[in-house]
Amino acid sequence: MPTPFRIDTSRIDDISVMVLDGQVDAHTAPRFEEAIQAELAAGHQRIIADCAKLTYISSAGLGVFMSFIEEIRESGGDIKICSVIPKVQATFEILGFQDIFDIVADVPAAVQRFRESPVKEA
Amino acid sequence: MTDIERKFLLTVPSSTANLALIREFVVAVGVQAGLGDADVGKLELAVDEACANVMEHAYEHDETKEVVVRATFDREVLHIIVEDTGRGFDPSRVPQEKLDRLIAAKQSGGLGMRLIKALMDEVRYEFIPGQKNELHMLKRIR
Repeated sequence: MPTPFRIDTSRIDDISVMVLDGQVDAHTAPRFEEAIQAELAAGHQRIIADCAKLTYISSAGLGVFMSFIEEIRESGGDIKICSVIPKVQATFEILGFQDIFDIVADVPAAVQRFRESPVKEA
Repeated sequence: MTDIERKFLLTVPSSTANLALIREFVVAVGVQAGLGDADVGKLELAVDEACANVMEHAYEHDETKEVVVRATFDREVLHIIVEDTGRGFDPSRVPQEKLDRLIAAKQSGGLGMRLIKALMDEVRYEFIPGQKNELHMLKRIR
């Protein structure tokens, strides 16, 4: 019974929208990492992580967000996180993710945030 | 009504492919113990983190090893023990840097243990030299 997880990536203008579907744990986090690496290799520095279908995340998945954020911001991009279910939001909040990442209501709000504030303001 | 202690045991090969199975096990135990939804979610994450630590650090991805999860509960408390026979690794001794410092240092070390401590009511590590290592985690049933 492997961990159910898939990622579908699409584009809205110059923004990559990654739909995380299922559970990100130590088993599936490498696939999440590869998906972000593929976007960066293609020169896509603006990423929305759509978490509407993300039902579970452990520190392995949180570590993926953390490992890329500085590099992405240094090149003028950002990762905006949206549509987080309460259970996953609770995990984000334990570690203080809301202080580091822009976490917004949905994909349109994340696109709007990129227009207004390309990189999260301190 | 007498307060009967209930015991559950899961032994799985040390592969991260089994983390989902471990989560299903502890969720089922948590529900049976009478934990609310939020506490079941906390238990699920804490045990996942503890087992992932064993697989990656104590056993260094050796899939011939086994991870043991023991659960015991009565009406007041749920006690989980994650057991391994690997390299003695006390996750509670991993330094816990602030998140922005970890990002600056490009590290994610200690995140799992930080979560476990935040999620469970009591956490302690027992190292029995030459035999086994045990991470004990307690959740009170309110």
